[in-house]
Amino acid sequence: MTINATELGTQEKDNHSHIGHPARPQGAAAEPDEINEIGGPAILALEDGRIFRGYAFGAERPCEGEVVFNTSMTGYQEIATDPSYRGEIVCLTYPIIGNYGTTSLDDESREPWISGLIVREYAGHWSNWRGQESLHRYLQKHGIPGIYGLDTRALTRHLRNKGLMRGVVVRMAPGMTEDDLVNRARRSLMPAEKNVVSDVTAPEIYRYPARSLEGANLRLAVLDCGLKENILRSLARRGVDATVVPYDAKLSDIMALQPDAVFSSPGPGDPERNHQTIETLQGIIEQQVPFFGICLGHQLLGLAIGAETKRLKFGHRGGNHPVKDLLTGEVHVTSQNHGFQVMADSVPVDKGWVVSQVNLNDGSVEGLAHSSLPAFSVQYHPEGSPGPQDNQYLFDRFLTMVNSKKDQR
Amino acid sequence: MTEALNSAAPQAGQVRPIAKVLVLGSGPIVIGQAAEFDYAGTQACRALREEGVESVLVNSNPATIMTDEGIADRVYIEPLTVEAVTRVIEQERPDSLLATLGGQTGLNLAVALSDAGVLEKYNVRVLGTPLAGIKKAEDRELFKALLAEIGEPVIESDIANSIEEAQEIGKRIGLPLIIRPAYTLGGTGGGIATNWEEFDQFITSGLRASPINQILVEKYLGGWKEVEYEVMRDGADTCITICNMENLDPLGVHTGDSIVVAPSQTLSDKEYQMLRTASLKIIRALGIEGGCNVQYALDPFSFQYYVIEVNPRVSRSSALASKATGYPIARVAAKIAIGRRLDEIPNAVTRQTMAAFEPTLDYCVIKIPRWPFDKFPTGDRTIGTQMKATGEVMAIDRSFEGAFQKAVRSLELGGKSLMWEEGEWSVGTESQQIETIFKYIDKANDRRLWALFAALRRNVTAEEIYDRCKIDLWFLRKFQRLIAMERKLLGNTRMTVKLLLEAKLLGFSDDQIGGLTDELPERVRQMRLENGIRPVYKMVDTCAAEFEAVTPYFYSSYEQENEAPPLPFPKGVVIGSGPIRIGQGIEFDYSSVHAAWALQEAGVKSIMVNSNPETVSTDFDTSDRLYFEALDEESVNDILDNEAQPVLDANGVPLASGEMERPPVILQFGGQTAINLAEPLSLAGVPIIGSSAEAIDIAEDRKRFEDFVARLGISQPPGATVMHVPDAFKVAASVGYPVLVRPSYVLGGRAMEICHNEEDLQRYVLTVTRVSEKHPVLIDKYLEGKEVEVDAICDGESVLIPGVMEHIERAGVHSGDSFAVYPGVNLYSHEVDTIVDYTTRVGIGLKAKGLINIQFVIFEGRIYILEVNPRASRTVPFLSKVTGVPMVKLAVNIMLGQSLKDQGYEGGLWPKQPLVAVKAPVFSMAKLSGVDTYLGPEMKSTGEVMGIDKTYPAAMRKALIAANMSLPPKGTVLFSVADRDKTEALQLIRTLADLGYQIAATPGTANMVESAGIAVQVIAHKIGEGRPDTVDLIKQGKVVAVVNTVTGRRRPLLDGFEIRRAAVENGIPCYTSLDTARAAVTAQHDFSAGANTYNIQPLSWYRTK
Repeated sequence: MTINATELGTQEKDNHSHIGHPARPQGAAAEPDEINEIGGPAILALEDGRIFRGYAFGAERPCEGEVVFNTSMTGYQEIATDPSYRGEIVCLTYPIIGNYGTTSLDDESREPWISGLIVREYAGHWSNWRGQESLHRYLQKHGIPGIYGLDTRALTRHLRNKGLMRGVVVRMAPGMTEDDLVNRARRSLMPAEKNVVSDVTAPEIYRYPARSLEGANLRLAVLDCGLKENILRSLARRGVDATVVPYDAKLSDIMALQPDAVFSSPGPGDPERNHQTIETLQGIIEQQVPFFGICLGHQLLGLAIGAETKRLKFGHRGGNHPVKDLLTGEVHVTSQNHGFQVMADSVPVDKGWVVSQVNLNDGSVEGLAHSSLPAFSVQYHPEGSPGPQDNQYLFDRFLTMVNSKKDQR
Repeated sequence: MTEALNSAAPQAGQVRPIAKVLVLGSGPIVIGQAAEFDYAGTQACRALREEGVESVLVNSNPATIMTDEGIADRVYIEPLTVEAVTRVIEQERPDSLLATLGGQTGLNLAVALSDAGVLEKYNVRVLGTPLAGIKKAEDRELFKALLAEIGEPVIESDIANSIEEAQEIGKRIGLPLIIRPAYTLGGTGGGIATNWEEFDQFITSGLRASPINQILVEKYLGGWKEVEYEVMRDGADTCITICNMENLDPLGVHTGDSIVVAPSQTLSDKEYQMLRTASLKIIRALGIEGGCNVQYALDPFSFQYYVIEVNPRVSRSSALASKATGYPIARVAAKIAIGRRLDEIPNAVTRQTMAAFEPTLDYCVIKIPRWPFDKFPTGDRTIGTQMKATGEVMAIDRSFEGAFQKAVRSLELGGKSLMWEEGEWSVGTESQQIETIFKYIDKANDRRLWALFAALRRNVTAEEIYDRCKIDLWFLRKFQRLIAMERKLLGNTRMTVKLLLEAKLLGFSDDQIGGLTDELPERVRQMRLENGIRPVYKMVDTCAAEFEAVTPYFYSSYEQENEAPPLPFPKGVVIGSGPIRIGQGIEFDYSSVHAAWALQEAGVKSIMVNSNPETVSTDFDTSDRLYFEALDEESVNDILDNEAQPVLDANGVPLASGEMERPPVILQFGGQTAINLAEPLSLAGVPIIGSSAEAIDIAEDRKRFEDFVARLGISQPPGATVMHVPDAFKVAASVGYPVLVRPSYVLGGRAMEICHNEEDLQRYVLTVTRVSEKHPVLIDKYLEGKEVEVDAICDGESVLIPGVMEHIERAGVHSGDSFAVYPGVNLYSHEVDTIVDYTTRVGIGLKAKGLINIQFVIFEGRIYILEVNPRASRTVPFLSKVTGVPMVKLAVNIMLGQSLKDQGYEGGLWPKQPLVAVKAPVFSMAKLSGVDTYLGPEMKSTGEVMGIDKTYPAAMRKALIAANMSLPPKGTVLFSVADRDKTEALQLIRTLADLGYQIAATPGTANMVESAGIAVQVIAHKIGEGRPDTVDLIKQGKVVAVVNTVTGRRRPLLDGFEIRRAAVENGIPCYTSLDTARAAVTAQHDFSAGANTYNIQPLSWYRTK
């Protein structure tokens, strides 16, 4: 299969003709007023009392949430707009961020969901032909604060050793004390403590039509727990006609759509909070409707079949995690973003369920499959965006499964 | 490529176990193939050993760690030819061959062995990537077909095997065009043509440069980004990318000559993943098992891209990627080659994870090439598709600016910071200056980087610069930030802590800050330390801190958290030798690595400091701790401060005075780079172990040295230091011409010349170097005698001399460019005795601790001392291997307080070994257009090979073969020699004629030959005055070798220069010293006489009776 720009989710056409090219690629030196807006002192305070001082950029407001780190070197905009980051303050470990600006074409959902952004250096000067505005302007427009100029590696090591924790990012103001900020951090809510999926899910049902005449021509119900555009694009490109339903859709709502298969999306928070979705999935499995789940969708499948989920110490967030497929022996590099995992020893093997894939780094569960039922799931993100596209084949595998099930009927 | 080879690949059910592997090295260091293959081969051999596989190594380069007897199980220092390697195979019967770690040389040799049927005959299978895959990547036509098959875009191009074909293709595609010769190192002979005249020139040189007379004519994509990916694949089809890299210089500059940043900076995730996915597709299609490098051209205005090139092997880029990420590519590639899977190979860095993962960086890496134009200022300094750099530096920081400035500091260009400007850039009005500067920006050259800054400094906009050179605006705007800081510091009236910190964050050195604010650098440093502004050290851990790592690999940054607490004492710091350059090559890395190992063996923790990504010394497991840093006073002091620990009293409590103990520093092994630090570090109170700064000063200060040797009763060629022009002539007249002249304190013979008369001297003192009180010039009697070189180990009381080496070329040719023979074959025993005596006296007199190197000349039966270097020399690896004396280890133990006797050695000359070894220089002149190739006091070679055997003729013959300087068995030899050499040349000509060679000569030489009754073809025409001239003959391949000596005058005797260049560019040997020519002729004579069959044996065999 040819991976090209379309595969990556870009809508614009490749410009193969050089005629009409601008003399220079898009890009801007930071505008003078932008320079004035950024750079005031700001603080990141963690619940365990650790303080990091830096400078502010993005929106001029404080934020709170769980502080997590992501080790991807590119894709800051895709990360910001990934609904799975709802309620999280994201520290990017790559130290120079903002280099290629932002473009509406790279949004993975209707808006950015991160609470705040932590970077070593905000690159005010950006340069890329697709760029539309600076990362600062983009964050400002969406009301998201950022902090730069702190030792993000020290922060990452702290989180790695102590585990993820609550934090606040605040622009310094007179009378503010570090103690106040630490207390504020302690009082803030973790995404897992809230029903964050309800924030990010589609408010109502909508259709995402197939974008290819060839291909599967299948009808798919997509449970939106925090969908990324590139999942829908990846399906549509394969000829799938998707109907996106809110995460709390009941089994009857879904069956009314007469789908050939059901897909459950990634999403934020503690999987156990999504009681309705778990119940719906149980019905889907029982009725043997072909099913594919990604990330939160994978965890929900786990819960639906009676397995347990638990929090990881500091999560998996990045684009370099090796996963081994235990059925084929293949190893793939994956894009990951999750804080919970399905516990291997809780998977009901007696009912035909198996751990199909594992993370090579820590052995955690990366995939579930069944010996006979048409259902499987992966913990990582085959849609990438950001991250490797190596696992797009899973969408093909899914559709093959759906088709063979359809043929049986 | 034979079918049998493919079938020799392991097949299920009938797999022969891999028990014994033949590893091919890359031979001598040349431009395009440097120390990175020592790093790769060494890692590979160690990986094989770990896996319990026996290794047999062949390499002709003695100055490598891989040819150490402890690295491979069997070491052959033999020529990398089909004949020699076939004999190794016959003898060793390896079951497998590993060729993808020996650069292009190793790969080409493997193909040649396969084509010759050798691999099939001895049933040797090729490990890792099958040769078919290699051919698909290397042969342009096959490569294009493959890419078309998998739907990856290639640039419009076609292959030509003749000038006519090339012209037809060129017309079809249209200008601008780029010409790439097939199967060449570093793109030799190619170029970018913007008009048809250039096009004709490049297709001619390109066809000639290609060993298969094939070139690629291709659409030139000026201004496109160049991006590379390092990819790995195992036999189970798992593919990973190690690193991507973006070239600052847009397409058109060879990647080896580009400034490179890792990871890419201006690519969004979409672009990054698009090219990453393509890389995986390509490595799969080629069936590579191991490492591979894919280069792309990326349109800066769209998603369009083209695959430019694939290297189906470990390359210079993989060495860089390896050091940039911490991922040991060569080691893993070797394990994959013997069948291990990425998911079963442990990640040696984290020890928790597996090799199947992709490194992620939380820092920025900059590589800057090191060009040899400080040596060859008159050479063609433009850069393009022909690689010209001899080495490179790498720097790491958390910011682009910090890494960039550190990299510039690491280049060691005589203190040239980014603020350096060429003199002519400041001439005239500002707009005139800018016009001049633009000339350095429009076309890539070694000084473009500085020109960019000079332009920005003169308020040229980033956009205008972009329009001229297409360097991405992102980089130019980063440079603008540095200029802004420069201005801030310049306009600053009072230094504040805030400003100082800001400047340090942007990578400004104390020296630069001092220069801009009119403060002494020491004062800047003091202010910095008083305010707690000091760098911390961060770990290169492959995973951006996600996992705990154990690699002791660090870089400095002005950040908050330090990850490198001081190592416990006892510990020692080894200062490495920085980028590979002419005069300071891989030999010094060899010594540095051995120094680190010797410390470890002595129970002392070794700390390595170096800035060169190509080397073994910067491998994560060479020392106990590696600081990847510039080798200047500031970096080294900061590192020593970081390693300092409080001095404890008897109860283990820190002294009330707060006194800190810094680890001792070893400067002896890092060449002149390290030696230059002796004085400043010693002044800063740093404990230096080994010969003192005092000893170094005596050796380097002319006056002190004169007094010193006089006191020892050793003669020196008469001469003096002069500070005024008239004195120069007086001194020269009093000692008598010819004289050897050079500026005081020169490195590697730079600007050193032999003046044969007053006219020569006049030109020298007026044009080459301006004599003044600040710049004294040394004038010595030039004694055209036999040169002898000695390396010795001294413990202050006794001096062990492992061996005495005799140079083939008489004095006047730089020792690094001379053939050297161990043991001396034309030395009287009383001469050897005197040399041993003198060496002992000098060593003890200097109170040297460790290694010293001394050069002598024997003139009219008398022995004169030429120079003393109180440090490890270029010949340490050669002598260590030949004599078996662990020279560096002995020296390090002496520094740690042991005597020679404690180590079981004693003073005097080490017993002569039952062998003869010849060290031959290797040059990269074909790649440096416009550079004169004649040999003189200034060093020009980039590498060396060794020929070792039981007899001198056999050793010499092998050295000549390995250096590619042996005389072809028959044909015409062209002579054009200076008048004073004519009589001597006649003997040589007679021998050649007797051997059946034809002689051609320029008129003057021809007269002499004719009058001696030898048939000669006279080439009447001076170059350009009629055809055919000498150059025509050479180009037409009618001459198999050239003997050309120059008169003393350095003024380019244009004809001679053209002849020498023509010879080099046509790949035929050109001897510029009659001594070298005689050696080559004698070797051929002996061979014809049947007395010269050489041995092919492991190194240790020669040392045993």
